[in-house]
Amino acid sequence: MKNNYSIFSLLKNSISYHENWQQAWRDPEPKKEYDAVIVGGGGHGLATAYYLAKKHNMKNIAVVEKGWIGGGNTGRNTTIIRSNYLWDASAGLYDHALKLWENLSQEINYNVMFSQRGVMNLAHNLQDVRDLKRRTHANRLNGIDAVWLSTEEVKKFCPIINTSPDIRYPVLGGTLQRRAGTARHDAVAWGYARGADAMGVDIIQNCEVKGIKRNGNAVEGIETNKGFIKTKKIGVVAAGHSSVIANMAGIRLPLESKPLQALVSEPVKPIIDTVVMSNAVHAYVSQSDKGELVIGAGTDAYVSYTQRGSHDVVEGTLKAILELYPIFSRMKMLRQWGGIVDICPDASPIISKTNIKGLYFNCGWGTGGFKATPGSGDLFAHTIANDEPHKLNASFNINRFVSGDLVDEHGAAAVAH
Amino acid sequence: MSENFRSLETKFLDKTNRISFKYNGKKYYGYKGDTLASALLSNGVHLIGRSFKYHRPRGIMTCGSEEPNAIVQIGGNSSFTEPNVRATEQEIYEGLEASSQNCWPSVEFDVGGINNFISPIIPAGFYYKTFMWPKKLWYSLYEPAIRMSAGLGKSPTQTDPELYDHNHLHCDVLVVGGGISGVIAASISSDNGNNTVLIDDKSSLGGTTIFQDDENFKINDEKSSVWLNNKIKELENKKNLIIKHRTSLAAYHNYNYLLARENLADHKSLNERSNKLRQRLWKIRAKKVILATGAIERPLIFNNNDRPGIMLANSVKKYIDYFGVRCGNKNIIFTNNDSAYETAISLNKKGINVTIVDIRNSSSSMLVKNAKNAGIKIYWNHTIVDTKGYRRIKSIQIMEISEDGTNVIGDKINLVCDNLSVSGGWTPMVHLFTQSGGKLKFRDSDQVFLPNTAMSDQISIGSCNGDFELDDIIKNTISDCKNFLSSSTTDFDLVKVNCPKQKESKNIWLLPNDKPLGKTKPFLDFQNDSTAKDVKLAMREGFRSIEHVKRYTTTGMGTDQGKLANMHALGIISETAGVKMGSLGTTTFRPPYTPLTFGTIVGRNVGAFFDITRKTPMHDWHENNKAKFENVGQWKRAWYYPKDNESMHQAVQRESKAARDSAGILDASTLGKIDIKGTDASEFLNRVYTNAWSKLGIGKCRYGLMLNEDGMVYDDGVTTRLDDNHYLMTTTTGGAANVLSKLEDYLQTEWPELDVWLTSVTDQYATASVCGPNSKNILKKLFPDVEFNDENFPHMSYKNAEMDGINCRIMRISFTGEHSYEINIESKYGKSLWEKCMEAGKKYNITPYGTETMHLLRAEKGFIIVGQDTDGTMTPIDLQMDWIVSKKKYDFIGKRSLYRSDTMREDRKQLVGLLTDNPKEVLEEGAQIVQDEKKQPIEMLGHVTSSYFSPNLNKSIALAVVRNGKKLKGQKLYVPMKDKTINVTVSDFIFFDSKNERLNA
Amino acid sequence: MFIITCPFCGERDQSEFSAGGEAHIVRPKQPTELSDDEWADFLFMRKNIKGVQFERWNHAHGCRKWFNVIRDTSNDKIHAVYKMGEKPPQK
Repeated sequence: MKNNYSIFSLLKNSISYHENWQQAWRDPEPKKEYDAVIVGGGGHGLATAYYLAKKHNMKNIAVVEKGWIGGGNTGRNTTIIRSNYLWDASAGLYDHALKLWENLSQEINYNVMFSQRGVMNLAHNLQDVRDLKRRTHANRLNGIDAVWLSTEEVKKFCPIINTSPDIRYPVLGGTLQRRAGTARHDAVAWGYARGADAMGVDIIQNCEVKGIKRNGNAVEGIETNKGFIKTKKIGVVAAGHSSVIANMAGIRLPLESKPLQALVSEPVKPIIDTVVMSNAVHAYVSQSDKGELVIGAGTDAYVSYTQRGSHDVVEGTLKAILELYPIFSRMKMLRQWGGIVDICPDASPIISKTNIKGLYFNCGWGTGGFKATPGSGDLFAHTIANDEPHKLNASFNINRFVSGDLVDEHGAAAVAH
Repeated sequence: MSENFRSLETKFLDKTNRISFKYNGKKYYGYKGDTLASALLSNGVHLIGRSFKYHRPRGIMTCGSEEPNAIVQIGGNSSFTEPNVRATEQEIYEGLEASSQNCWPSVEFDVGGINNFISPIIPAGFYYKTFMWPKKLWYSLYEPAIRMSAGLGKSPTQTDPELYDHNHLHCDVLVVGGGISGVIAASISSDNGNNTVLIDDKSSLGGTTIFQDDENFKINDEKSSVWLNNKIKELENKKNLIIKHRTSLAAYHNYNYLLARENLADHKSLNERSNKLRQRLWKIRAKKVILATGAIERPLIFNNNDRPGIMLANSVKKYIDYFGVRCGNKNIIFTNNDSAYETAISLNKKGINVTIVDIRNSSSSMLVKNAKNAGIKIYWNHTIVDTKGYRRIKSIQIMEISEDGTNVIGDKINLVCDNLSVSGGWTPMVHLFTQSGGKLKFRDSDQVFLPNTAMSDQISIGSCNGDFELDDIIKNTISDCKNFLSSSTTDFDLVKVNCPKQKESKNIWLLPNDKPLGKTKPFLDFQNDSTAKDVKLAMREGFRSIEHVKRYTTTGMGTDQGKLANMHALGIISETAGVKMGSLGTTTFRPPYTPLTFGTIVGRNVGAFFDITRKTPMHDWHENNKAKFENVGQWKRAWYYPKDNESMHQAVQRESKAARDSAGILDASTLGKIDIKGTDASEFLNRVYTNAWSKLGIGKCRYGLMLNEDGMVYDDGVTTRLDDNHYLMTTTTGGAANVLSKLEDYLQTEWPELDVWLTSVTDQYATASVCGPNSKNILKKLFPDVEFNDENFPHMSYKNAEMDGINCRIMRISFTGEHSYEINIESKYGKSLWEKCMEAGKKYNITPYGTETMHLLRAEKGFIIVGQDTDGTMTPIDLQMDWIVSKKKYDFIGKRSLYRSDTMREDRKQLVGLLTDNPKEVLEEGAQIVQDEKKQPIEMLGHVTSSYFSPNLNKSIALAVVRNGKKLKGQKLYVPMKDKTINVTVSDFIFFDSKNERLNA
Repeated sequence: MFIITCPFCGERDQSEFSAGGEAHIVRPKQPTELSDDEWADFLFMRKNIKGVQFERWNHAHGCRKWFNVIRDTSNDKIHAVYKMGEKPPQK
């Protein structure tokens, strides 16, 4: 059994100058065969492994990661967690995740610093108001704690927002989900890794998948830079690189991979104590526990795996930030970066079996996968273990692109009278 | 503190220009050209701030952008203030106010300093291991406390009074960095006929050579600084050269696209900032780039290496030789290489007491000999094991290093000092090179990463390319530039250089100590307080990747982004893991190189310039008549026209009544208009709309519905056949641009065989829509020559007509259900047209109405608005518009998708009308609809898309999409609100004049 | 921000262009004769290549012409551009 983490273990270890902490996870070489292999050591993949071991008693499993765990979108996102989605299927999925977040630190004995500071979504035109009210009504009936705020209430909740009616796109109100918030992204990956490792899961870093071996219509294993690993079940959770793995298996997915950028400011004393998102002008901002303003920019409109986007996108985002928060003009961008997100045509994820036996995909999270991490892992584990989806992810199957039963979370189409 | 530490003359400052400034409320003096750091040092002020985690006192370490400690809040008021400004970069100006950050109540006595005492229990990553129990304290205590301790400086709380600007720059050669190699490169490049731009982040060129005071560094038998000064003067006369001072390169993107920030005002007093322009962002596209970004001196990692008064040796040299400021009266130099001897000699020459501690066994260079000859005491093969002094260094303890370098031996020697100058060698600034996609290589001899392969047309020269000695720098800069710029001869071909230094350094990433590591505090990242033991702890816990260690320990994540700390962290990881540094790699260097104000990035695109505002030709009229406006995309559309003290509701009710009772007028200019010409125009329309177009007569209009290829409704509008091969299509206001792009896409890529030409004419025409029973009378008055009877000018037809000799297109079409005309005229006559309509309609009480009334009127008629009643998930069948979907046409965009298993389901959400049981109660748009309130989980059937109180029907009406709605007509449903439930009945969605009798009224 | 050489206008910043996804996915001439699977394949399924990809771009803020680009999506390097209807250049 590993060290339990607590204030007492910190005190105890301080006496020995912290020389005796055990490693949070091992660094094993791959075995010849596993009952299941998860491809991708991000938050979703590690959570999948954790729940496979914990809830489905599958302990002879491995997570293979091309680089270092949590190094993809888990470590690059703006950490917003919320569940105020429109459609029943999405609300079910994301609220399942949110409920898991609420107990996650205790569950995995790793403080993921889940902070329920609330998330506001702002409306800037009349159609925004209709759409957000529609969402709020649906949320309320689905038991999700989102409420509509008037412009004055928005101002009261976050006083630094410029709610003047004279700005180019005035704030006409917004929604607030108080249970929503942020978490420490790296800790999620590390905490799940530590938890999974403790149950015997092999987490194999610097292990790149080179091919998927099939026997007819069933998988037999994966080729990696560390050799062949035999397995009957492969769960792919490779985010931006999902299509690359799919191509190895000879299938195509309804995905496009695009650069998504984010940036942080230099750290300042607390100035904004909630998360504010504005779709219409595209400005997402919160403040990290270090004091940095964490700002999400948009995706570029073209496929790219470069993990860098164009400057225009950053400029556009900061333009919107200054429109809503003119006081930030003298704040400084400290660091900007990009990740690769895989986007589905209906802006909803895929957590699904495929036509190939033993091959499962968890992908298509686009710009919003972090918030779903625990739920996504739990449901994907269920799907892999039972070879059947859970009812909460049944709608997120690949076949919806054939039948037309999409879960369109773009919000209303961007066209109006 | 009254002692003046500026005892020396310097030619780099304007000593006639004495400047006063305030630091932590106290007044000090400096000179024009001083940085805040040099001015404070000249006043003997070393204590500047407190570190992030342990709140340890910290002072000035460097003289540049790599400064981790001396970061301050600038500006005394809430709009001008700026957090986290490096005192080493901020030039002083009259009236400058600066204050320490992250301390309370003051930098001398900071309550947060208690963290230093509990530091044994808060190592790297401690917060991941605690604060979990009891859970409710996380929310009420732990988390708020963690959040309260965030941050360093304070954000402004008022709007920025200054402006920012953008400018594009295209050049043949961009030289980044104005040190000696940059100056040589710029000279060669411009002499070679290239349009060259040289940018440098300082107020004057010359880098570190310009203040080289040592006669032994010679170029062409001149003192190197004198030679360089002459070369800089020559640059001023070069024809093809632009020099930008105070301009720092922020980002180097691919394809040689670079961003640089020019600082125009931060060195000026508030009075001098007359044009308000503060910073300018240069967006540079260069054919070739020469990086001469220099190198940064490395600190050494030993116990308590963070006290105020511990500085980098080359910075101490700059303060004395450039600013004329001595950083102490009793200096100790601690080094592993020759370059710190330059500092020692400089100090010694100026009569300042100096002692050297060198971890090497010896050095035989001329420079070291000179130091010895000057009588400077040198402790060879010694390292510092501890330092003393809380707010300023007071003494150090040194011990001899064992033969293998891993331990210390012998007795401790205590040395008293008030300044410790440290040099751990040099780190080339390869940040920009890697930002551009370049790959690095590792040089073992002096443990540096160097540029290897570049992605774009560029070279790195000088110390950023690993040449640290004057002779190498000059020789290689010249030959590399000649190759890169294909120039055969240069002015520099015969340059002779004399450099008295030796290259060998001895590298120990973590210096040995007599105490166990756990009892020491060897800082790596000074701002974030991460130490060598944090790095080792992270590795012990399984964090092996450099990125993991960085994130777990926060090393390199301060405002200096690890410029000082990263190499040592890498070194310690490599030693601990037994992996070669070259194979370990580095963390990714992310833009910007130095922090960039949001204002600079945004430039002028603030306030009214945030986004384009599109206004119709009649906009002024609407404004003069007190219209309220609605943003629709970039358009400003008249929303309603309140009279006197009318509320929106009252105005809309009045406007709606007037339009049906007599006459109304709407500005419809914002609707998208696409002119379609070509012999295949009809066939084209057949393919893009769901209905058939071939048989539409010339002069006739038809409503069309356009789908996405996925079968969902995308746009709608009326298209008029102007001539045999000529149509005018209208689109929704918001959809205009997308529709045109989509049509062009199909035309050019899928159907290139079609002879069709599309032109957007939205901005070319203004449109006034006149409706109501008296519309015909008004039109007659406006166009006396046109026959307006129903046979000659029936509904859904069009005529050309003239108004005062100006051609107009009149379409008799209706979105309100009333007898109605749309008059199109060239934009420039739009306002006149509107005024003439108002004049002609006066006797009929013609009433201008806005978009809100338009929405109400069309809802009474059950006409959809794409984007409001549809959301990208509705097919025409769902909208009960089966009539517009041609069964005969072989294909049209989206047709195939209508026949998929889900789109063919009978119980999809369908458009219906809703009537509230209480006719006065108006439903909220967006409200959800259920059949069984009690059912758990509750099942939502759909939602209200449009809802109004209809003055013409004197009751509330609503459009909604409801699952299986077609079959639910007449059924009771419920709309559960937060505080009540509203009972509704499903109805037909045409509420008014279902026989369309008014069209011809 | 990379540079695209529009076959009609020459070198321009990428910001003048809009991307149109993978090239050479021809819209079926007889969609009604396709199975749901085949139609979904045309509509949604993409190779989404990491590496050299053939794709469509539109000079949206220029001549508005569509054309093809061969670009390496792993480093945004452009290998060739060619007009609609032309065969990709052989390399």
